Formats: sequence, C-alpha cells, structure tokens
Amino acid sequence: MKYVDEYRGESEAQRFVQAIEATVTRPWSLMEVCGGQTHTLIKSGIDRMLPSQVTLVHGPGCPVCVTPLELIDRAIAIARRPEVIFTSFGDMLRVPGSHADLLSAKSEGADVRMVYSPLDAVTLAQQNPDQQVVFFAVGFETTAPANAMAVHQAAHQGVNNFSILTSHVLVPPAMEALLSSPDNLVQGFLAAGHVCAIMGFWEYEPLAEKYKVPIVVTGFEPLDLLQGIYMTLEALEEERWGVENQYARLVVREGNQPAQNLMSQVFEICDRKWRGIGEVPMSGYRLKEKFERFDAEKRFDVGDIDAQEAPECIAGEILVGVKKPHECSAFGTKCTPERPLGAPMVSAEGACAAYFQYGRGE
Amino acid sequence: MSDDSETKPPVTMPAGPVCPIPISDYPKVQLAHGGGGRLSQILIEEMFAKTFDNPELDIMHDGAVLGVGGERLAFSTDSFVISPYFFPGGDIGSLAVHGTVNDVAMCGARPLAISCGLILEEGLPMEDLWRIIQSIQRAADEVGVHVVTGDTKVVDKGKGDGIYINTTGLGLIPDGIDISPTAAQVGDQVLVSGEIAVHGIAIMSIREGLEFETQLESDSAALYPLVAAILETGGDAVRVMRDPTRGGVASALNEIAGQSNVGFRLDEQKIPISEEVRGACEILGFDPLYVANEGKCLAIVGPERAESVLAAMRSQPLGEHAAIIGEVVEDHPGRVYLRSQIGGMRVVDMLSGEQLPRIC
Repeated sequence: MKYVDEYRGESEAQRFVQAIEATVTRPWSLMEVCGGQTHTLIKSGIDRMLPSQVTLVHGPGCPVCVTPLELIDRAIAIARRPEVIFTSFGDMLRVPGSHADLLSAKSEGADVRMVYSPLDAVTLAQQNPDQQVVFFAVGFETTAPANAMAVHQAAHQGVNNFSILTSHVLVPPAMEALLSSPDNLVQGFLAAGHVCAIMGFWEYEPLAEKYKVPIVVTGFEPLDLLQGIYMTLEALEEERWGVENQYARLVVREGNQPAQNLMSQVFEICDRKWRGIGEVPMSGYRLKEKFERFDAEKRFDVGDIDAQEAPECIAGEILVGVKKPHECSAFGTKCTPERPLGAPMVSAEGACAAYFQYGRGE
Repeated sequence: MSDDSETKPPVTMPAGPVCPIPISDYPKVQLAHGGGGRLSQILIEEMFAKTFDNPELDIMHDGAVLGVGGERLAFSTDSFVISPYFFPGGDIGSLAVHGTVNDVAMCGARPLAISCGLILEEGLPMEDLWRIIQSIQRAADEVGVHVVTGDTKVVDKGKGDGIYINTTGLGLIPDGIDISPTAAQVGDQVLVSGEIAVHGIAIMSIREGLEFETQLESDSAALYPLVAAILETGGDAVRVMRDPTRGGVASALNEIAGQSNVGFRLDEQKIPISEEVRGACEILGFDPLYVANEGKCLAIVGPERAESVLAAMRSQPLGEHAAIIGEVVEDHPGRVYLRSQIGGMRVVDMLSGEQLPRIC
C-alpha cells in the first residue's frame, strides 16, 4: 500500500539493524516517548531485532494512561446524568476508574457514544438541543487542535449544550520531569513525531542542551523507528547532543502555525496531574476564561470527586520507564485486558497492553 | 434511567440448590460478551458449555455433528442483529442464510435445510420486511436449501433494531470427511480463501459514516461451493475448516490452536488484504486479523495436499485470492505467532472485546 509499505520493507529493516549493530559499542537506554511508537516497536518485533546492549524504555506518551483516575470517575458521574450524551474516542471507554469504566456505565443505561472527532460531538449537540453533549477531551498536543476547534466552533455557532471534560497534557514538561529525576536512566529520546508535527521541535532544543541528551523526532512506521533509533545511537556513540529530525516528511522546526494559533486562542497552560506520575508544573492545557462555559467540570459540578488507585498497580513506574510491564507482580494474573488494574493495560497505546497482547511477558 | 428494584417484591427463585454464577468479573452483560473475543469465550466456556455439558457440544465447533441412523448430520444456529439491516453487499436476510449455511459447511457438510425465526420491531416498514424476505429466499436458492420452518414475534417499538433473525441449519456430512477443530497437526498448512476483514470494515464504514474513496461491500456469501471444492481435492487431508466471522482470523486460529493443542506461525506478508481495507485499518488503528469476515474460509490442510487445495480454491469465484498464510508448528502450543512484514516475531493473541479506535 502506498505510503505504508515503503516504511515496512524487510531488507531496509535488516540494513538498519546491521548499521545499529555496527554502531553500538556499549549499553544504551533509549526512551520512545509515545505509546504509538511502543506498539509499533513490539508489534513489528523491533525490540527483539536490536542488539542486547540497546534497552528501549517505554515512555509516558499514552494519553489514555496518563489521564487522572478522578477525571475518569468524573466522566462516569457526568455520563450517568439523564440529560447527558457522553462522547469519547473509543479507547477511553474501557479505561477503569475507581469502580467502573464508561462501557459499564453504558450497560447500566448511561448514554455513552463513541465518536471519531470532537466535531462530531458538536454536530450531535446541534441535533439534540434538549440534551447536554459532553466530549472527553484528553490527549497530548496532537489532539488539542481538534478539541480547540470544537470549542471554537461551538462558541461561534452558539452551541451552548456542548462542553468538554478536559485533561490535556504536554510532552516537553514531562520529558523535563524525567530528565531531572535522580532515578533517570534514559540517555536518548525518540520524540513523538505527531506531537512535533503540531508543535515543531524548537521546544526540545533547550532540553537537549541543558541535559546533554540527543533527541530525535521520530515517526511511527517500523523503518521510522529503526532510523530514529540508529540516529540516536549514533549521536550517543559520538557524544553529540541536540535535536535531530527523522520525521522530516511531516515535521518542520516551527510546527503547524494555524493549529498553534487556534490552541492558544482556546487553551492556556496550567499545572496538570498525570496518572501514575503526579502533578507536573505547567504541563497541561485548560480552557481560557473566555471559554470556561464549555468546561464540563464546571457545568456539572463534579470537581469534588476524589479517587483511589489500585494499590498493586505500578503504572507510575512503568510510565516513567523505571520498570517494564512484566516486572509487575499483577501482570497477566490479577491485571489483564479483561480486568485491568491500571490504564496501561487497556489502551491501544499502553505498554502493559502491548506486552500482554504481543506476548512479551512470556 | 430509574432503578426501581427496591420498590418491587423480590423475584422468587425456584426451590432447590442454587449454583453461584460462574462469571464473577462482570455483574452485568457487556457488549464485549458478544464480540467474539476473549470475553465471549469466557462466557461460553464458563457459563454455557459447563451447564449444557454434553459430548456433541464439547467439540466446540461451528456446528454440532449428530449421528442419526448411520448418517452424520451437521446442526448449527446463529442469530443476526446487524445494524443497519441493509448494507453494501447484502442485508440481514442474505447474511442470516449465509452465516448459518457456512457454519454447517465448516463441519464438512452439504447444507440441506434452514429454519427462519423473525423478531420484528413494531413499526418496521412492511416494504423493508418484504425486501429482506425476498433476499432470504434468493440466498437460500443460491445455496440450494429450503427454508422449511419458521417463527415470527413482534416486540414493542424501541425494543428491537427493526428486525432480528435467527436461523438454524441442517447438513449432511459425506462419508470419508472428518473435520474437527482438534485435528490440526504439526506441519499442516493454513489457507485462507481470500482477502480478509472486508465485512467488518464495510459495516463499520456505513454505520459510523466513515467515507473512503471507494465504497466497500460486505463479502457475505455462501461458502458451500468453495468448501465442496476444498473437500473434493483435499479429502482427509483437510483437518479443520472455520469461517472467521466475529473476532476475525486471529480469534479463529487461537481457538483452533487451543483445541488442537498446537502452535500456529503466520507470515504477515502472505495474508491477503485489499488496499481499501488496509487503508481503513491503518486510519482507525485496527488490526485486520481481528475484523469480521462473512464470506471467507480458513482451512488447515496436510502439507501433501496444501498446494492442490490452494489451486482448487483459486479456481472458485470465492477463492480467487486464496493464499497459504502460515503453518502449524510444534512450538508454543495454543499460541499463534506472526512474522511481521519487517521480519520480527510477535504473538497474535485473542482480543478481549471489540477493537476500539484509538485517540491518535
């Protein structure tokens, strides 16, 4: 298939593996920031093709995984209200809150619907003027422009029965939190290509300089990842640091300006809690005061719902790369995709789900 | 929704010992319990199979095989709740015929007759019902079965999706044919009769209003002519057949791996998938191995006949894109492995529920 098979060629993959083998002289730990990258690595078997000195540490870039537990509980509380049509992307529906997930709320009568775009939720609100339509707006910089557009359009068209429950998070502050931690093991990063397609990569330059790490903006196809890994290892071996761009077919240094403009009209930067990681200063977006009326947390007064994590779940250590999924005592036993204790076992981008589904715990 | 359970008198249970419910994880039925993945499997194995426990059911094939007066009959039932009930490439009527006669055919049987149970929702346009009934008859004619018995119920408006259909099929298994999900042997080849994942993506694109450059049509079709060609050429080298409907090729092969206690090794490069379906799956983050088929057949065939069965499949209109996609191996019994396009290895597990489109 055009624009897919070109990035999945077996002989090209072998060439990269050989180049990596020829480059590596000592052990290195690299982190792929995004959960989509984690899944490609494991689904295509790249993790098992690399020399043993290369350790891949799976990063926190799984939007479903880092959405705080209490926000999921609030989502369920809102969804259960009779006047509400609650809309979400598919993979949020199975993420466990403290007691339930959105799909089980649906089986008990809540009107929960899967949508493919937040703009579909705005349309749904227009079609159901007597109902309140809420969209679960989570994710990184990648999903923020579409969510900003939904709020912008709802405001512009006077769709007052639409609101978003939001917990947007930002990549650079999370990387800084990892790098500044005394436990940090990561020596080089594969930055998330789609985040950089929106934001560019200038924000990573001061990080690379301050912590003297190579950061390679990397795509999501198998050959993208192999090339990104090769570029990072080459920089490490040559003791270079700085930002390089593997994903040049989509990413420019300044990013997508119209998208950024829209985001800055609707959102402002705030402190954010990350599930498993905790509060990270200046690491998220919230709605600006001008758009506060579209904030579902305020509209439905659910701000006081607090939540408790399952004590066995070590999602926090998984998300910062300190532990691998199969090192958790609950992995594959008490915690499975059918009965997940934590979000990384649910999401299509969660590291635990990837290890379980593709047999890496064996 | 109101919860009035407290105001009603408690339901009186029949006298006698009451067994605890064998499914403890979910107090209520979830959609995923019908998704064809692991939750469906747990429900069937833990609740239904253990309760109904009998030798015919225990084989856990697409249909049961009953010995009657020296003949072997294949017996299978299926319910159809598809929405929308008209879709590109078919409708709920043709699907209800194909689904059941295919399950019968997967036992190696020639379909003889089907039943047709209709559950209609009050308000269903009579014109729609007429179209569906005609479609049932057309599909039955094509397969050469008669609709020999039926039933009709009407439920209140709002309590059904227009129309639900249950069909049950009977078929006759010729002598010398012994298809069983426990029969796969090391060295056997895995054949698939054509491009996979078409039905699931076609239905999804119309249900969710996803527009692609070309309109995908469901592959819904009666597989018996293809099965007859497979059996004629393969004879007793045909060990297992399965139509990979809900849960797709991955779930069907996982089930066979468990039942035959063997491993499978698939080659991603060799799995036939159309450009349109691959594109849709890439966009949605779906794995086509888990997407439903309604006109495809998997055959596990001894290596000595695999190539000739492949040729026989390809000579049939429904088997034009047939391919050998993997083999049965001694390693990792019960597990399906896949060699990825770039040459890495991974497990292809059973899915827990339906695939959900990702955030980004």
